[in-house]
Amino acid sequence: MATPAPIARRVRGLSDRAIAWAFIAPAITLLLAINIFPLLWAIYLSFTNYRANRPNAVVEGVGLRNYQRVLTDPDIWQAMQTTAHFVFWTIVLQTVIGFALAYLIDRKFRGHAFWTTIILIPMMLSPAVVGNFWRFLYEPQIGLFAYAASMVTGIPTSEIRMLGDVSLAPWAIIIVDTWMWTPYVMLICLAGLRSIPDYIYEAAEVDRASSWRQFWSITVPMALPFIMLAVLFRGIENFKMFDMVTLLTGGGPGSVTEVASITLKRAAFESWATGRASAFAIILFVAVFGLANIYVKALNKVKQR
Amino acid sequence: MTDLTRTPTKTSPKRPFFFRRGPMENIATVLIATGFLMLFQPFALVLYTYSLVTLLAGTVMFIIVSKFPE
Repeated sequence: MATPAPIARRVRGLSDRAIAWAFIAPAITLLLAINIFPLLWAIYLSFTNYRANRPNAVVEGVGLRNYQRVLTDPDIWQAMQTTAHFVFWTIVLQTVIGFALAYLIDRKFRGHAFWTTIILIPMMLSPAVVGNFWRFLYEPQIGLFAYAASMVTGIPTSEIRMLGDVSLAPWAIIIVDTWMWTPYVMLICLAGLRSIPDYIYEAAEVDRASSWRQFWSITVPMALPFIMLAVLFRGIENFKMFDMVTLLTGGGPGSVTEVASITLKRAAFESWATGRASAFAIILFVAVFGLANIYVKALNKVKQR
Repeated sequence: MTDLTRTPTKTSPKRPFFFRRGPMENIATVLIATGFLMLFQPFALVLYTYSLVTLLAGTVMFIIVSKFPE
């Protein structure tokens, strides 16, 4: 027998609404303390001359001067271009390779579960570990990567300086990030591919659609929302990329791999220009937030098709 | 029943252009995309300088117009 409504709504003096609030209050409190408050504080600091290494100094408002400095600085502009190059190529490579791997794994060949686990291993490693062992792999004299590249290209190993060469260093980071995070994209794409019902392919077979036609008319459109989600997650993550770059090149040689987050860290904790660093962080936040908004809109449109 | 005998349905009066969600959302999207490209392009520093204003205008507009009814 169902519990009468007034009793169900009010147990020991707490209404349904109060119970709901009690359950979500810890999460909301944490969200406010860890995300919302620091964001509002950073917005406030971005309009001041605050320096974190002089906490007792008088803090004065500087209006839009911090934003003006960040937006007219050619070095920061260069860091933005480096970030764009890095984000673009990692997303392209991870999406193409990740989807191709997911497509292969979805064929359900003998031992596919074992190979799925093997492919997922890089994603489970700590970035600190990955950064350190890729440093060894990239070593010109003893590194396996240099040895393999030398075998393929015929260039002596001592001349393959992936982390020391201006033109190779950005690609060294792109390779490592692709190696580490392609499995993540693969996993999301695999979920998309597994969600496509078999009867659609069977109907296409009845209509004598070729494999190529089935791929472009069924597989890609139905897996597209998942691919777009993977791109969104990786895009947001890669804009914030810091650990791998610091471990592999530290922004060098020169400043050729100095992505925005490294410039931001230098402004905040080496120059101690906290106000300017906050302005820079807010600019990056607005860029990613704006892009995520239109991306989610596009994603909803794709889902509704 | 033919079209001639069908009772005409009442249509609500059209909202002014600036209060219509569809077109305004599209304008906001274009502004955000333009601002984003300006922020990361390698061609002109002046475009980079004005990227935040464009991005911010688009983002704020998007947040406001996405609350409009369909």
